[in-house]
Amino acid sequence: MFGSGKEVDTQSSARSNLRFRTRKTYNLQRTKYNVQLRKNLNVMIMSTVTSPERKRIHPHKFTMWLALGSIIMMFAALTSAYIVKKEQSNWLLFPLPKIFWYSTLVILFSSLTMFLSAKAFKARDMVKYRTLITLTAVLGILFGALQWTGFTDLQLHGVKIFGVGSNASASFLGIIVGLHVVHVLGGVIALLVLFFRAFSNKQKIYSPVPVEIVSTYWHFVDILWIYLFIFLSFVNR
Amino acid sequence: MSNDAVLHGDAVVLPHSGVHHGEHHEHHHHETFITKYVFSQDHKMIAKQFLITGMVWAVIGGLMSVLFRLQLGYPDATFPWLEDILGKWAKGGRISAEAYYALVTTHGTVLVFFVLTAGLSGTFANFLIPLQVGARDMASPMMNMLSYWFFLAASVVMLSSIFVETGPFSGGWTAYPPLSALGDASPGSKTGMDLWLTSMALFVVSQLLAGINYISTVLNLRTKGMSMTRLPLTIWALFFTAVLGLLSFPVLFSGFILLIFDRNFGTSFYLSDIFIASTNKALPNEGGSAILYQHLFWFLGHPEVYIILLPAMGMVSEILSTNARKPIFGYMAMIGSLFAIAILAFLVWAHHMFVTGLNPFLGSIFVLLTLLIAVPSAIKVFNWLTTLWRGNIRFTPGMLFAIGFVSLFISGGLTGIWLGNSALDIHLHDTYFVIAHFHIVMGVASMFGMFAGIYHWYPKMYGRYMNNTLGYIHFWLTMIGAYLIFWPMHYEGLAGMPRRYYDYSVWESFKQFAELNKFISTVVIIVFAVQLLFLFNFFYSIFKGRKVTTLNPWGSTTLEWTTPIHPGHGNWVGEIPEVHRWAYDYGKDGQEFIPQTQPVGEHESHH
Ligand code: HEM
Ligand SMILES: [Cu+2]
Repeated sequence: MFGSGKEVDTQSSARSNLRFRTRKTYNLQRTKYNVQLRKNLNVMIMSTVTSPERKRIHPHKFTMWLALGSIIMMFAALTSAYIVKKEQSNWLLFPLPKIFWYSTLVILFSSLTMFLSAKAFKARDMVKYRTLITLTAVLGILFGALQWTGFTDLQLHGVKIFGVGSNASASFLGIIVGLHVVHVLGGVIALLVLFFRAFSNKQKIYSPVPVEIVSTYWHFVDILWIYLFIFLSFVNR
Repeated sequence: MSNDAVLHGDAVVLPHSGVHHGEHHEHHHHETFITKYVFSQDHKMIAKQFLITGMVWAVIGGLMSVLFRLQLGYPDATFPWLEDILGKWAKGGRISAEAYYALVTTHGTVLVFFVLTAGLSGTFANFLIPLQVGARDMASPMMNMLSYWFFLAASVVMLSSIFVETGPFSGGWTAYPPLSALGDASPGSKTGMDLWLTSMALFVVSQLLAGINYISTVLNLRTKGMSMTRLPLTIWALFFTAVLGLLSFPVLFSGFILLIFDRNFGTSFYLSDIFIASTNKALPNEGGSAILYQHLFWFLGHPEVYIILLPAMGMVSEILSTNARKPIFGYMAMIGSLFAIAILAFLVWAHHMFVTGLNPFLGSIFVLLTLLIAVPSAIKVFNWLTTLWRGNIRFTPGMLFAIGFVSLFISGGLTGIWLGNSALDIHLHDTYFVIAHFHIVMGVASMFGMFAGIYHWYPKMYGRYMNNTLGYIHFWLTMIGAYLIFWPMHYEGLAGMPRRYYDYSVWESFKQFAELNKFISTVVIIVFAVQLLFLFNFFYSIFKGRKVTTLNPWGSTTLEWTTPIHPGHGNWVGEIPEVHRWAYDYGKDGQEFIPQTQPVGEHESHH
């Protein structure tokens, strides 16, 4: 309607070309597109000019970083709420379970095994890789179990976590630590997926991206726990 | 005419295929009804799914407001047909108090989250981001599809809450405890609230999946030459919207988790010293703080209002510039002000809490930060007006709605400045003044943004035009109606009339407004009917509208108009065009417009 003649011309010719396009040529286009995609990835975040020399980031990894951002916000909200609530009345003070120190060691160690397994994967040492991710997953589960023991310990000492008569201070601990464990277990599931994929005969997997993504996530929940542990230890003084 | 046949089926060229284990999957499937319309991974189809689901919700939510306006306008009248449709909720033809509160609450929740968040950014982020940045699809079409399905699941759960025995939640869209935390507090606080929480949790998941995808696409999948500063403002706005959502919805989620534990597991985060009259019981909960919930809620709640508004701002910028045939005035200032608004959105939540016993010193800091938002807002208004100034304006329906948006944003923004002053807000809080403020600045304005977007991009969505005459009628009646409905509410609010009351006729001081309320309710009915006209126009035009015959009917510079009239999955046949310039070369060097794909000429002037 409003388009000037010139504009329409260039485009309609491109269009008419394609009416007879077969599947084959389309696939060809697709390969071209993939090349294009790689080029696009060079256009880095926020830079106003294309800078191909900068290292590109894999879109799935990028997506993981964004997801981590929202997990951070979730815990930031909880720990802020913790501080706000603490400043108000009726706040029970009690020492954290000693066993949290052990779980901290366990999760730190699991980060190491995760790191080594990713390294083994890149070195194509698949036996070592599988052993190490299994170990990491086991350590993750052990971590969860230790946290659980911590809470039963608290209960034994008369600190009620949930239910009638519980104090918000203990409930906060339960929710924050509990949610963190849920995230660790999520990581364990991801590890299991990797594990079974490594055994599948159908396809050989060379791309290190899935392993790298899981390992980023794993280190993240590790660091998150360190933060939470320090936070809970110091703010609760 | 169309390339549908060519592209469909094997065109599932997803951005990962280049990197997915370094191998290519062959897609041998045929497009069936199911894969094309139901489990579609094409961003354009997902956009339409969001749009149409949003429209269904808009009708339901709008109808609810008509019902409760009947109560407010005609508190003494009885309407026997109400009993026919609502049953026990309208015994004797008069809406019961419980039903009234349930209607108000569901109206608010649905309009804010399902229509203006999912329906608005869900539609246009999906539709426009890949088309305008030059990408085949979203970074992860799969996640994109899931985001719609989570939204649909949230919708189904919310809808089901309307039909449960005890009715939907009725404690206001903000779901403050204790009403939201105690099943015994009101009928709606029972199953209705469980469903509300479930629905909202699903909704948060949907928003996170969507937001991650939008950000990832804008940052990673731009076509060659499309630097960030060549992006159309729609994309910038949608980008900031997604960032806001990604950072604020998890906070709401945390607040909900605590609420769920208070509801179901006996904790005392939000509850303290409560005696419930209906069961004659004192609760054991001690030491909780309802204010804590308000902090968590409004930390999302305020960014949420901008999540609703920013997409509208972006589309309006684009539509104004295109139809004024002039470059947008102050492109960088527009981005800067979007950025400022996005930052400030996180720093002002306590202006919803001035009367909660907030420390007045803290309050004054929030006053300052709140009033600061007026600065970027004013920059935007100034730039829109200067874009229009001496433009060669084409008054298409889309353009009219965009101009209407600017008018509404000014009117509603000004009353925001009143409310932002805590000294005034102590008087105005929870009155009809607030209702007037946010309906004009957020509700109607964003709705106008959405209408503008629909009229403007309809030719790209369906390859047909909507009927112009109906569009003009729709615009003028809605515009006049919206002001007639909400303007008088300012006076009611100034006179102290509180919001969320069932019946004002029993108060001596509000009897003076009886006629005014009747008037408002009457206009509401008319404006609602006018929206049906729009719906008719929308659906009729899908099948019978005038066909689009040129690629670029509005003479736009942006990339979406370089795709075929009916773009298949993958958007462009062949290579994605390269971009050589910004999106606003209108009226440059004597040319009406220069598309982004045209290389910069040797003797071209600088903009
Ligand atoms: C200059 C800009 C603005 C200022 C200073 C401002 C200030 C305020 C203040 C202080 C309140 C609280 C009133 C009360 O409850 O007592 C409020 C309520 C509200 N504002 Fe604004 N506002 C501005 C712009 C906006 C915009 C742009 C939107 C949405 C797009 C918006 C949406 C809302 C909503 C939804 C509420 C009410 C929420 C509720 O209580 O249900 N405001 N505004
Ligand atoms: Cu606000």
